[in-house]
Amino acid sequence: MRVLTRLAQLAATLFVASLIVFMAMSVLPGDAGLLRLGMNAEPAAVAALRAEMGLDDPLPLRFVAWLGGILTGDFGTSGTYDVSVLGLLAERARVSVPLAVYALVLSVALALPAGIYAAVRRGRFADRAVRGVAEIGLSVPAVWLGLLFIYVFAVYLRWAPAGGFPGWDAGPARALGALTLPAVALAIPQAAILARIVRTALTEAMDEDFVALARAKGRSTAGAVIHHALPNAWAPILTVVGMQFGFLVAGAIVIETVFNLPGLGRLLFQAVAQRDIVLVQGITLVVVATVVIVNALCDVVAVASNPRLRRGP
Amino acid sequence: MRGSAGLGVAAAVLVSIIAAAVASLWWTPFPVDGFDMGNRFAMPTAAHPLGTDHYGRDVVSMLMAGAQTSLAVAAGAVAIGLFVGTPLGLAAASSGRAGRAVLMLGSDIVFAFPALIVAAILSTFRGPGAFNALIAIGIFYIPVFMRLTASSARRVLALDFVDAARLAGKSSARIAAEHVLPVVAPILLTQAATQFAIAILIEAGLSYVGLGAQPPAVSWGRMLAEAQTLISLAPQLAVWPGLAIVVTVLAATALGEGLNRRLDPRFAGRHA
Repeated sequence: MRVLTRLAQLAATLFVASLIVFMAMSVLPGDAGLLRLGMNAEPAAVAALRAEMGLDDPLPLRFVAWLGGILTGDFGTSGTYDVSVLGLLAERARVSVPLAVYALVLSVALALPAGIYAAVRRGRFADRAVRGVAEIGLSVPAVWLGLLFIYVFAVYLRWAPAGGFPGWDAGPARALGALTLPAVALAIPQAAILARIVRTALTEAMDEDFVALARAKGRSTAGAVIHHALPNAWAPILTVVGMQFGFLVAGAIVIETVFNLPGLGRLLFQAVAQRDIVLVQGITLVVVATVVIVNALCDVVAVASNPRLRRGP
Repeated sequence: MRGSAGLGVAAAVLVSIIAAAVASLWWTPFPVDGFDMGNRFAMPTAAHPLGTDHYGRDVVSMLMAGAQTSLAVAAGAVAIGLFVGTPLGLAAASSGRAGRAVLMLGSDIVFAFPALIVAAILSTFRGPGAFNALIAIGIFYIPVFMRLTASSARRVLALDFVDAARLAGKSSARIAAEHVLPVVAPILLTQAATQFAIAILIEAGLSYVGLGAQPPAVSWGRMLAEAQTLISLAPQLAVWPGLAIVVTVLAATALGEGLNRRLDPRFAGRHA
């Protein structure tokens, strides 16, 4: 029942989000026909294009047609590339999704041990060191880290190219190699945020009586943390990971520009510069829907993982 | 004691950056819109403490003008979040179950739109600019302040003095304004400092990718983008704007955390 409620809520959120994307692109001042043909276009040509794009139909009708298309996999045709938006999105996602996942894995691998260690050594030097490094880490713009990496590894040491992507056809090793510097630049600020959350959540869980009880019954510190404190810390950690996901996606889009990667980010900025409304709409919807779905997933997993929120047998 | 000193340092750093930004409205050591092609890529001298860029512009003057963009966008965005999100959060806390559910669902939906996406949508129609960045970050901040206000206000609304006010016949709007707001205001202001820091980072990213301030306006993010094209020739140009961002963000974050420590009852009595 609870799952059904959550699913209905998810569907409602996605529906309203798509409505906002549609309205934003349809209601904002600026004639879509003029934007595509340029300010000096013949009025007749603009009118013909408007009719062809269905822009003269009433708004609710256009929304239903647009949403129906999206649900059947038809995101429309890009004005500048003259190919299907879905095809473009799928092609570019082959860079953006692996980059975001790579960065997420790196940030968890960095933040989880650091956060746990800081929580266990609360108030001592190691804790203060982790917190200090995290504070600096989350104050550094990923763009700047990217530039520093490019200078050190590409210009100075000449170990890596300054950017670009060889494509997955060049082999997974070379492709992942091209994603490594951007993923690290993206992961460091994320890891800093995550390490702080892990520390806080775990510190609070460790203050609970059941952890003291486990220790009193002879559990080692590690055992108490792994079996008693950590299971109770996952829920707040996952909630914040879900909330941070939008930042991760936006960060990935920006870092693609720094390293000249042919991902969704570059596609978005080209679409904005070309005023390719159908394409901006498609990318926007995919990003927003992903954020909504990941948030919902994190919520569900957080509930499922919390021993106290789990329904007993 | 240590906390208070940190708070003082953070406040002092932030005030100097604000002063530099305000001063740049009337005066910078050298003009930022003029070229001095004979003086390109100058190394640090007494006249140009951080050298000059590829157009011979003084880097210190550029940083001052860039601070103006960063701080104005960040302050504007936080103001939108505070002034729109706080009343909505109070409304959510004061209203019944259904009203609260609708308001919070709305907040969740807006929260799913990263500032970058809103900036991209606005730029498609209006062309890019610093004002778009301000609006985009501001919209994203509405649910941030709304959630914080709602959760803090609900805790206050459960207290006895609120019941007393209700018995005295005050409307829920008056209770929210006269009794709840003063209690949650310090929490919101603390959060405002933290969100100000994050806005500086988002603004830098937006102007780096070309969705923020446009020439001739100077911004730290654009300075980074320009420095990237010259990175093998003059890597020092990539260092200064990045450092300016890091110092500003660190100072604002430290200010937020210092204030939080002062307000948090769990730390009561620990500060000097």
